[in-house]
Amino acid sequence: MKGIKTTIAAAAALLAAGAAQAEPVKVGMITTLSGGGAGLGIDARDGFMLAVKQANNPDLEVVIEDDQRKPDVAVQLADKMIQQEKVDVLTGIIWSNLAVAVVPSAVAQDKIYMSVNAAPSQLAGRGCNKNYFSVSYQNDNLHEAAGGYASSAGYEKAFILAPNYPAGKDSLTGFKRYFFGDITDEVYTKLGQTDYAAEIAQIRASDADHVFFFLPGGMGIAFMKQYAQSGVDKPLIGPAFSMDQGILGAVGDAALGVKNTSNWSKDIDNPTNAAFVESFKAEYDRLPSLYASFGFDTANLLLSAMDKASISDKDAFREALRAADFNSVRGKFTFGPNQHPIQDLYVREVVKEGDILTNKIVGTALTDHSDAYASECSM
Amino acid sequence: MFSLFLEQLLNGLQSGVMLFLMASGLTLVFGVMGLINLAHGSLYMVGAFACAAVAAWTGSFWLGLVASLMAAAIAGALVEMLIIRRLYNRDHLDQVLATFALILIFSEGTRWIFGSFPLFLSVPDFLTGTVILPGGSQYPLFRLAIIVAGLAVAVGLFLLIGKTRLGIRIRAGEADRGMIAALGVDIDRLYTIVFALGAALAGLAGAFVGTTQSVQVGMGEPVLILAFVVIVIGGIGSIKGALVGSLLVGFTDTMGRFLLPHAFATFLDPSSATAIGSALASMLIYIVMALVLFLRPSGLFGATS
Repeated sequence: MKGIKTTIAAAAALLAAGAAQAEPVKVGMITTLSGGGAGLGIDARDGFMLAVKQANNPDLEVVIEDDQRKPDVAVQLADKMIQQEKVDVLTGIIWSNLAVAVVPSAVAQDKIYMSVNAAPSQLAGRGCNKNYFSVSYQNDNLHEAAGGYASSAGYEKAFILAPNYPAGKDSLTGFKRYFFGDITDEVYTKLGQTDYAAEIAQIRASDADHVFFFLPGGMGIAFMKQYAQSGVDKPLIGPAFSMDQGILGAVGDAALGVKNTSNWSKDIDNPTNAAFVESFKAEYDRLPSLYASFGFDTANLLLSAMDKASISDKDAFREALRAADFNSVRGKFTFGPNQHPIQDLYVREVVKEGDILTNKIVGTALTDHSDAYASECSM
Repeated sequence: MFSLFLEQLLNGLQSGVMLFLMASGLTLVFGVMGLINLAHGSLYMVGAFACAAVAAWTGSFWLGLVASLMAAAIAGALVEMLIIRRLYNRDHLDQVLATFALILIFSEGTRWIFGSFPLFLSVPDFLTGTVILPGGSQYPLFRLAIIVAGLAVAVGLFLLIGKTRLGIRIRAGEADRGMIAALGVDIDRLYTIVFALGAALAGLAGAFVGTTQSVQVGMGEPVLILAFVVIVIGGIGSIKGALVGSLLVGFTDTMGRFLLPHAFATFLDPSSATAIGSALASMLIYIVMALVLFLRPSGLFGATS
């Protein structure tokens, strides 16, 4: 008797599954959830999962793993997710060196990769791939916007500063691409350096009229605190990373008034963004960061493609992703020929709202901006 | 140019003094107990987090400073009594493995308590601002205060080791561990005290440095590497060596970052001078270490074995 019941139940379940049209999509998220860089990965994950929760689509399954910010761990996780978990889509990597290690082999195995942050030049130009979509930006974008802003604000002499590693060099190159004044000093610091007394002394002595710096994570916190303590008053300009929501609390009032460039801000005026900021605050009891907004957009883009196409038809699914037919928190959002966004880049200023430090848009640096590598991509 | 040079010399001194607070504890523990303690950087992190948390809670930096000393000393004493004590008779590989595990436990534990986002810690109000140096340049008052405080701790440490009964025991412990135990000194207690003392110094350094840098998980490991460079240069186990090594590393690092790109710019074009100069500047302290080891294999003040 019992056997028959189970058989009927199983048959019913099979019928029910057959009735649902869409095919399930399994997403593997590899991101940094432990160690010093964990704040970024946690934000990206929370933004992504907020969109997943809101959509409540039973066909979407997400597996999350911690890469510990180590390239070898990320590669192992990607192999495991592709071979054992049989995921269809990979996402989540924050750091460019991890992306370079994971993405080429994943897209070569015909898995779709959607970037929530890292978008190195290697994957934007000749190394572009039909399976690779960057939802965030191309790495150089925010630095280019900073250069464009410095030029249009009338600055003429720049002191520029970045860590001595590939992303640091790309950053200064990006700045110089859109800054048309003179560079008085170009300084590379050690990656992970936390004492900037020697560099600040050089800034004091130089005749630059502003400082552009790219120092992600703890390096930026240290630099801004020490800069404020030093009494040097040349204006600071940087990409959004050092002025992001997760970091501002640790920098404190030293960040007030600093101009930074970003493709997202919590005060971009559109209903999707307002709803996102509100629901993120309600769900996690903190303000969303840039990375959270990227995670949220990535999930919504994926969900929009799932509505249009089945994952088993890869060509149609990629076409649906390329159409970018979703409501982005950034307002308008389209993909360029290398599947990196074409978007507006804003200038923000750090302000205080009540007791909380946050950013406010004060202008637009570049409009409908693509990237410098799109022309090298043949797709 | 003179005022810039003077400012950079002070920067080098300040970074050296902070390194000394880290390195002295590390070298004491190695000298007295023969233990390689990789978790020393974690105690530095504990000090910084304790200072930031208490300063945020009470609004007083000074209470934060006291808390950093206490928290690091207590954490150090507990770790010594619960774990390290079982490692003295093991070989160095076991010690390295166990104390590396402690780094992971401390890091994730701290993340568990304080979350993944860096904490805020600022300079007390009356130490903000700058002073005018001879030559007309400004220098942050707080960095001067750090130099003074660090030098005061160094003097205190030399007096403690040179003039007090505890100091005699510590020196005796360095010379012959077995013998002082045989002479009836409570060796377990001595070890716990030395370990807690080293931890407290690391915690104090963490609190000082946390005010100018970022209080975050993993902040201790880069400093730990520098502290190891210092004690290898100075001679393992020697406090005097730690002092000389710290200042040498502090000055070399700061002046290298400042002068090398300029030096290369005299005969190279600016962008390659910057690239080569900064690359070489990051290697400079390791080159100094290699040179010292080549000339004096046991370090500047190390006991020749």
